[in-house]
Amino acid sequence: MTELTKLTLTEARDGLAARDFSASDLTNAYLGEIAAGNQALNAYVAITEDKAREMAAASDARLAKGEGGALEGIPLGIKDLFATEGVHTQACSHILDGFKPRYESTVTANLWADGAVMLGKLNMDEFAMGSSNETSYYGNVVNPWKRDGSDEALVPGGSSGGSAAAVSGALCLGATATDTGGSIRQPAALTGTVGMKPTYGRCSRWGTVAFASSLDQAGPITRTVRDNAVMLRSMASVDPKDTTSIDAPVPDYEAAVGKSVRGLRIGIPKEYRVDGMPDEINALWQQGIDWLKDAGAEIVEISLPHTKYALPAYYIVAPAEASSNLARYDGVRYGLRVDGDDIADMYEKTRAAGFGTEVKRRVMVGTYVLSAGYYDAYYLKAQKVRTLIKRDFDLSFEAGVDAILTPATPDAAFAPGAITDPVAMYLNDIFTVTVNMAGLPGLAVPAGLNRDGLPLGLQLIGRPFGEETLYSLGSVIEQAAGRFTPKRWWA
Amino acid sequence: MSVDIDTVKRVAHLARIKVTDTEAGEMTGQLNTILAFVEQLDEVDVSGVEPMTSVVKQEMKKRADVVNDGGYPQDVVANAPMSEDNFFMVPKVVE
Repeated sequence: MTELTKLTLTEARDGLAARDFSASDLTNAYLGEIAAGNQALNAYVAITEDKAREMAAASDARLAKGEGGALEGIPLGIKDLFATEGVHTQACSHILDGFKPRYESTVTANLWADGAVMLGKLNMDEFAMGSSNETSYYGNVVNPWKRDGSDEALVPGGSSGGSAAAVSGALCLGATATDTGGSIRQPAALTGTVGMKPTYGRCSRWGTVAFASSLDQAGPITRTVRDNAVMLRSMASVDPKDTTSIDAPVPDYEAAVGKSVRGLRIGIPKEYRVDGMPDEINALWQQGIDWLKDAGAEIVEISLPHTKYALPAYYIVAPAEASSNLARYDGVRYGLRVDGDDIADMYEKTRAAGFGTEVKRRVMVGTYVLSAGYYDAYYLKAQKVRTLIKRDFDLSFEAGVDAILTPATPDAAFAPGAITDPVAMYLNDIFTVTVNMAGLPGLAVPAGLNRDGLPLGLQLIGRPFGEETLYSLGSVIEQAAGRFTPKRWWA
Repeated sequence: MSVDIDTVKRVAHLARIKVTDTEAGEMTGQLNTILAFVEQLDEVDVSGVEPMTSVVKQEMKKRADVVNDGGYPQDVVANAPMSEDNFFMVPKVVE
């Protein structure tokens, strides 16, 4: 690893501004890391080497004139879910074979407008459906972390597994990701990185391949809390092209990093103490409570009584919306086509060949729960339960709670193939999914290592548009816990 | 509620996914596991509760009713598996 790739995003930004090194040096250093490490980690599904060099050269030209945006010359990885003009965009599905959009997603357009450099497209679970990055058409992503004394490969979590692995393994300075039920926070926790799922509507969904539209939200995965704050500020915007984009100015999140948390009230929800949770997770949670208390925050026990219903409600709402969103992949307008006897046969054969097992399973569940006679019993009921889940949070916030602290995941990274039962896999999102159901911001911060030397994370949940509070609290945990970097066993 | 293999085949057809008998058999078990899991919601009393329709309260944005995009059919069909003269080509639909 070169010295340049050891810098954090904000350190690199400051180094570029001071002309200590050039954007081209930095991008070439990362392209070198990708060349050396990607075969082992499988984090990138497309490497845009030429484009990266061009963008870096353009950044150098701007920096030389004393110009440049907030991310000028910063090399980033982009989850394959974001439309990037003329570049591989397939949501890591076979059904989008060869798709190269003629337009750019709002989130990535915002990043390029601020001077960032694209290194390539990152691996993910197919259509963001998965919690271990085992459903990608492009194969599993390998977690840069391994258990002490073991060579066994572990999953990086999912669905943003490529984003998390690339950031953790220093194959980019930061990565875009998306989170529908935990897909930013769970992989961040499993790789020792920082992941923010912002308030629903903070980042535009325009040009992001849709999974479950009422839950999907883009956010950054980075090495530090400060890096995360800087990257979110560039990703977020008010976008007339997304009707769910919220008309609220984007604050300077970085200013919140390191701010005092004295007097903030932190809720500890008793319902998150689930049966069978490892002692280490409980101990980590207590450690987090103590750190925040030491920093002057006030700890209060709260109750979120409908927590246990969030996951079952999610597994109605998300597949229902997915079955509708994925109806567009029919072999007519883009991607794969498998010829058939007639048009219906062509649709059915194309979708049978193009979708993987987990995607088919969710489209089937969604089609079933939306089919005639079942809408009220499933989808409408789940949306009512969602109201109750949100009300639980609202009541806590009305009672003066500023943020909520929970574990990010029920356990550390596991081996591929270790979880085969779909429902058991869904349980990985038990602490994160409530946040999507209520549309709130959630931040996963690395907080320690387990007995095998694997990273574990804590989650901070905020009020709507409470991202700044989360960054202030997250930096307290980061200061106390330190940063976590995997041993470089690849290349 | 549980599904049988005929229901699974019917749902697969609704979803326009071709399934073999073996696949339909496997899916029947998996779908029933998932449906049993979501049945926990039966414990919740939702009487008088409104369904959630948006997570953040905001007036629906409207734009002026004017043409503000378009005029590039070649871009629209650029990714089509088959197209001709800026039309998508599909197997014959009407005899």
